[in-house]
Amino acid sequence: MAGEAAIVNVAARTSLWLQPHRIVLILMALGLVLAAAFFMRWDWLPQYYEAGLLGIWRSLWILAVTCVLGFLLAVPLGLAQAAGSFWFAAPAKVFCTIIRGTPLLLQLWLLYYGLGSLFPQYPWIRESWMWPYLRQAWPYGVLALTLSFAGYEGEVMRGAFAGVPKGQIEAARAFGMSRWKAFRRIWLPQAFYRALPTLTGETVLQLKSTPLVATISVIDIFAVSSKVRQDTYLTYEPLLLLALIYMAITGILVFAFSRIEARIPNKIG
Amino acid sequence: MVGLLHTIEIAIGATCLGLLIGIGGAYGKLYGGPVVRDLLAVYTTVVRAVPELVLILLLYYAGTDLINQVLAALGYQRIDISGLAAGIAVLGFVQGAYSTEVIRGAILAIPQGQIEAARAYGMSPGLLLRRITLPAMLPFAIPGLANLWLIATKDTALLAVVGFYELTLATRQAAGVTKAYLTFYLAAGAIYLLVTLISNLIIGRIEARARRGMPSLKEAR
Repeated sequence: MAGEAAIVNVAARTSLWLQPHRIVLILMALGLVLAAAFFMRWDWLPQYYEAGLLGIWRSLWILAVTCVLGFLLAVPLGLAQAAGSFWFAAPAKVFCTIIRGTPLLLQLWLLYYGLGSLFPQYPWIRESWMWPYLRQAWPYGVLALTLSFAGYEGEVMRGAFAGVPKGQIEAARAFGMSRWKAFRRIWLPQAFYRALPTLTGETVLQLKSTPLVATISVIDIFAVSSKVRQDTYLTYEPLLLLALIYMAITGILVFAFSRIEARIPNKIG
Repeated sequence: MVGLLHTIEIAIGATCLGLLIGIGGAYGKLYGGPVVRDLLAVYTTVVRAVPELVLILLLYYAGTDLINQVLAALGYQRIDISGLAAGIAVLGFVQGAYSTEVIRGAILAIPQGQIEAARAYGMSPGLLLRRITLPAMLPFAIPGLANLWLIATKDTALLAVVGFYELTLATRQAAGVTKAYLTFYLAAGAIYLLVTLISNLIIGRIEARARRGMPSLKEAR
């Protein structure tokens, strides 16, 4: 019975979704795509296929690393602002304000051109083991994106930590949990559940800021498309494909996060 | 300093254009026919899913090229579109998608009875929009719109990539000439931060004024 009802429900929903005007719109969109496929030049695709895949992989890699590192940084930042004494809260607040008040592109260029131009002046840095890494562009890109993600997410985590009811933590303490255990088992998970919906948005925003690293010569998917445009003198095709790729990644991200969100217990507060 | 002026000009222009698009878009999404609604849904989804940098490149080149082709087809001279106008148009287009969603939410937050009462008084739709909907939705929309304004000021930095002369590009050139990279970037960062902090103060004032006569947020909770 339940299965039948579900099928009927799905059928009703599809018929509701597939109204006549939508069919016409979809056909028009298909026509546009076909026109783009036939009338625009795509013969450069096979040549740059591998570079493109590598670029996508790099973009995703940067996204994943900066999100994870940024989140790890955001937890202490949020905690310091929500519960720390003045001497912890003030620097965290200043950090978040500065990161959120300046453009990411400027932060990136500050780190890459500013700091990057300082390092070669010190011989001991040139001789140390770090030099091969400091000479490349990607550590600066990863650092800037991580700091930016931490700044924005730290503010979110502050709200999330402050939003967990006090009674929960007091109860945990009354059960004899140590401070650390109460934080790890009660406070952090609940704050995380609260922050999860915003975390989706922040991750998509982070994806949209990854192409900025192309301006400091990291070869991500955006840089690959710029190279195609320079090599072939085509204006639209690479950019359109690029937009499509980013939309696909966004769609996958949003879908994945909605699956994670559906799994967590939703009775909080 | 010319760079800073350009930055602020573009941010203001883009926000105003975005607001206009946003009001129109929100009206279309709420009261428009099914086709308008679907088209607007596609517009907001696409703009919010594609990185601003890609959109700016696409619209900057495609937009100017398209206008020139249309002009050529109509038999006019090709015109050079100034970077300022193009920047405002591109950022305004992007901002429009975000403000559509903000304003739609704000209009939905108005008690329905107010709009119905205005209709019952026989107000024309234009008068209704001007006298009731816009003022009543303002307190709900201001936090979101303030965020958009801050994003707009920071998005102007992206125009440096297409070669428009604003604060970030000016900084980069000055730094490149003098080789004092760190100093110039730090100074530019301080200027952006100052703009943000000053706007925060002003927005606080505006919000307090828009919310006058309403229960404060703390009491409402």
